[in-house]
Amino acid sequence: MDDVLTIAGRKIGSRLIMGTGGAGNLTVLADALRASGTTLTTVAMRRYDPAAGGGVLDLLRELGIELLPNTAGCRTAAEAVLTAQLAREALDTDWVKLEVVADDHTLLPDPVELLDAAEQLVDDGFTVLPYTNDDPILARRLEALGCAAVMPLGAPIGSGLGIRNPHNIALIVDRSNVPVILDAGIGTASDAALAMELGCDAVLLATAVTRADDPARMATAMRLAVDAGYHARRAGRVPRRYHAQASSPAL
Amino acid sequence: MITVNGEHWHADPGLTVADVVARLTDEPRGIAVALDGAVVPRAKWAATEIPDQAQVEVLTAVQGG
Repeated sequence: MDDVLTIAGRKIGSRLIMGTGGAGNLTVLADALRASGTTLTTVAMRRYDPAAGGGVLDLLRELGIELLPNTAGCRTAAEAVLTAQLAREALDTDWVKLEVVADDHTLLPDPVELLDAAEQLVDDGFTVLPYTNDDPILARRLEALGCAAVMPLGAPIGSGLGIRNPHNIALIVDRSNVPVILDAGIGTASDAALAMELGCDAVLLATAVTRADDPARMATAMRLAVDAGYHARRAGRVPRRYHAQASSPAL
Repeated sequence: MITVNGEHWHADPGLTVADVVARLTDEPRGIAVALDGAVVPRAKWAATEIPDQAQVEVLTAVQGG
């Protein structure tokens, strides 16, 4: 029996959460989002450009996909808190994907600023989903602060390197009492399946789909991979054996 | 003089946040405003005058993440 992903008491219809970054145009993005089956999608907050118009917001409304604003580009807790507050005001949601990165070269989370921002936002009534390092202790600290989920990276944002430290992801899953969402680093479908086989509750990705040669087809692949990994985890895989074990009766 | 999204604007006394938003767009859905680093709630746009030298940021959601 499939259970539904629930974060902070809210049911999320898809275990594949999409980002909208990287798509060449809105038509490509729309086709990819439809194919992904996603019901929750990230957006970034940037200066209003009169030439750009409604753009992605109109598209997501049309598709009936819910918004998860992020704090991408923020380097300090103060910047991230203000960006989250602006997103809440603009988009009427108190959910936020909290990103506080250290530099452009790695885009890795700055754990000190991240914890500070998470604490302030939880205190301010936000439902905080932090993008975090694949560090089990940091994940535990974020959960203890009241975050609604933890979102460890598989590899740096946009790198497509897959899950570099599966053991750490498994450790985070083992100890977490909130949903674990593998966020960042996914390159192809097998990476998404592995995340789910490791016990993650969902996968968040953008680049792997939006910058693929055929984004809609890759979105389909990711949807199926997340589903496959989810079922494989629950089915209980066979133990790995050093030697062969015949699957046909002996002669 | 005030700064709106990094650009210098001439500002008459009494200019409000609502005036600034109206100059940028007539469809202010999905928009939020920060005045000198603090959020101005939509309900207060019309009543919030912008002081000289203020920094105004007008943001919306774009593709990302």
